[in-house]
Amino acid sequence: MIPLNVNKKKYDVDVEPDTPLLWVIRDELHLTGTKYGCGIGQCGACTVHIDGEPVKSCIRPVSAVAGKQVTTIEGLSDGKTLHPVQEAWIAENVPQCGYCQPGQIMAAAGLLRTNKKPTDADIDKAMNGNLCRCGTYQRIKKAIHTASAMMEGNR
Amino acid sequence: MIFATLDPFPGRGLFLGVSMGTEPGGGGNPAPFRPSAWIRIATDGTVTLTIPKSEMGQGVYTALPMLIAEELECDWESIVVEPAPADPTYNHARWQMMNTGGSSSTWSEWDRLSRAGAVAREMLIEAAAGMWKVDPKTCRAENGKVISSDNRVLTFGELAERAAKVDIPRTVQTKAFSERKVLGKPRLCLDNPAKVTGAAKYGIDYNEPGMVTCVIARSPYFGGKLKRLDADKAKAVPGVKDILVVPSGIAVIAQGYAKAEKARKFLKIEWEGDTSLSTDILREEYRQLAQTPGAIARLEGNPEKIPVAKKITAEYEVPYLAHSPMEPLNAAVSQKEGSCDVWVGTQSQTREQLAVSRVLGLPQDKARIHTLFLGGGFGRRANPASDYVTMAAEVAKAVHRPTKVIWSREDDTKGGYYRPMWYDRLTAGLDADNNLISWQHTLVGQSIIAGTPMAAVLIQDGIDETSVEGAKELPYAVPNIRVDLHTTKNTVPVQWWRSVGHSHTGFVVESFFDEVAFAAGKDPLAFRQELLRDMPRHLGVVNLAAEKAGWGTPLPPDRGRGLAVVESFGSFVAQVAEVSVEKGNVHVHRVVCAIDCGQYVNPDTIAAQMEGGIVMGLSAALHGEITLKDGRVEQSNFNNYPLLRMSEMPEVEVHVVQTTKSPGGVGEPGVPPVAAAVCNAIFALTGKRIRRLPVRPEMLA
Repeated sequence: MIPLNVNKKKYDVDVEPDTPLLWVIRDELHLTGTKYGCGIGQCGACTVHIDGEPVKSCIRPVSAVAGKQVTTIEGLSDGKTLHPVQEAWIAENVPQCGYCQPGQIMAAAGLLRTNKKPTDADIDKAMNGNLCRCGTYQRIKKAIHTASAMMEGNR
Repeated sequence: MIFATLDPFPGRGLFLGVSMGTEPGGGGNPAPFRPSAWIRIATDGTVTLTIPKSEMGQGVYTALPMLIAEELECDWESIVVEPAPADPTYNHARWQMMNTGGSSSTWSEWDRLSRAGAVAREMLIEAAAGMWKVDPKTCRAENGKVISSDNRVLTFGELAERAAKVDIPRTVQTKAFSERKVLGKPRLCLDNPAKVTGAAKYGIDYNEPGMVTCVIARSPYFGGKLKRLDADKAKAVPGVKDILVVPSGIAVIAQGYAKAEKARKFLKIEWEGDTSLSTDILREEYRQLAQTPGAIARLEGNPEKIPVAKKITAEYEVPYLAHSPMEPLNAAVSQKEGSCDVWVGTQSQTREQLAVSRVLGLPQDKARIHTLFLGGGFGRRANPASDYVTMAAEVAKAVHRPTKVIWSREDDTKGGYYRPMWYDRLTAGLDADNNLISWQHTLVGQSIIAGTPMAAVLIQDGIDETSVEGAKELPYAVPNIRVDLHTTKNTVPVQWWRSVGHSHTGFVVESFFDEVAFAAGKDPLAFRQELLRDMPRHLGVVNLAAEKAGWGTPLPPDRGRGLAVVESFGSFVAQVAEVSVEKGNVHVHRVVCAIDCGQYVNPDTIAAQMEGGIVMGLSAALHGEITLKDGRVEQSNFNNYPLLRMSEMPEVEVHVVQTTKSPGGVGEPGVPPVAAAVCNAIFALTGKRIRRLPVRPEMLA
């Protein structure tokens, strides 16, 4: 049994310790907002937060996160109001197919946690590990700036 | 517009018998007012719209509701979208099957859904007028309510039960262009909230009690056969339930994907296949074929014999390309007694239904297709052989349990059904005054249509129309034209890839035309303007893009500008790219895009589709290449089949032409011009002509 803390809920999961965190989240906890895209840390569709840091869950063995706080897209907001990044994503009409967007949003929220006012270059750097085949990059960039402004307004 | 509605309810009878809804309970929403197969209105005012097209990012779950809402006059907030089940009622308005593709959803549904909205509105008005005992002509519908001339109000929800008893109107009037309130104005997508919270369900997310997950080891050789299998070690992996040989390969069945994938790595397999297939050999074969004329697709004048003062010849190449939707292919099949349920992201429900029912020995209508969100389609999820759905049915049949087959990214990249590779040879002739007087274009590549049920329609006199599209319809005024085709055959499965033939011909035709312009000593814009003089819609977007991009204005010395224009899927798109080249690496800084797609629904979706098409075209121009060696695909994942990333994203601006012309498509037309626009810009900057994609640094050294 591996103890997990996901979205502030405690779980004990009976899986092999080398199981990628992604598949524990999806197949054991049935939280399917976190997506599989490549399995080798190339596309970022599986991005979650571990102790607040964006991490690619497809290449992180579950044993490595025991005792840490894991946050998935389902836990990003408080359940009542959306996270500013999610709000901004809606306002800028970012999603197309939407499959990569939970990962994009988790990466963007991670960026804004440590960098309240990122430049375009900061965004390029932070978001370069997240692929979008639909090509929503321009809107993602805009939405990150929008979210940054919204968060500044809330402070 | 007035539509005769002699048969306003095609399929109404069917409708009542159709099990609706993808989510459990979705079909259970009691809605007394069901004026057609597309609309249900409940007493609480909820307007459920059954959408017969798959949502794969093109915004169809918003655009088609906008068509209905414009006429229905419902409250936008009251709309719930529901995917249509596989049923002939929901067939494509022009094709005899359900299908989402060909950039056709909006134009093909425009009249049918507008009319459905208008019929429902008239019935609601009739119901209200009956209650008020007034002439329906004195009432109007607005924002989910019917309002009388003396301002009495009944909501659609309040009217639902009574409207259900109203006779269907024989004719309905839809709005004139000038009366529209919804169409043509930007609207946020209805599915945004689901997509930003992780709530949106894709095929890969489907699960039900007792469901097992399966990965399939398939031959690395197309058409290869299993020679020897040792599954002992794989079977010993904890959580593995079974390992079976099925027609498509070796199925590893486990509780959850991680266990199945882990066990697959322990399979010891020997495959037999054609090890001679290689990109190098194909290229040489194609190159030789290109030196001889093929089957004629278009012949005007006498392009071979007409005397010319200057002759320009060039050969172009594009590689196989994988679609690589972010959601790898997958399908879930759950067998019941005498029927089954299929949960899948698909662009072609009818084909999947036929395929599954054939595998499971069921009547076609006993295979219920539940369409979930598609994590990208780009044509791949409209597979003519229903490959990934068939696999799921085969395994479900063998294991007698609900089964979800998931492809790994490697399976997806190596799995075939690529955009074909092409080799083209072009010759143009200029007269002594540098007028373009002849154009010859020989294309060499596989047919995507051969061997499919569409062959009878789309292959005429040996010409697959999708092979030559964009080349055959050369828009420039040239008196002597010959376009011919060699259709090659090999074992690599090929398929339509976003923008189909245009993904190749857009690059070749628009690059070579640029070459000819320079050979004639003319500005690429001026040369296009001159030879598009009889093509007003081409000319319109060329001029608009050029103006917005500042064509002719000075650029920094390290930047170049290139232009291309392509008509595809009923729309006209011109793009101006601005690039720089640093140590052989191309940076695309800006793309200005002008589109004339006729009258349109949601301009923000058009912009999004142009942005996305440009990104997909840039991935192909700068990175994309599937190659074969010793019979095997050399690429496997995003590390060696890279897609464009955030840091490479140019600034894209989209300008949409205002017009009342018939609607065209928007999902695909953004792709074809961009590779040529970029390569023409590279030439303008460096003098180096790119004739083979993707662009490699050594080409610019």
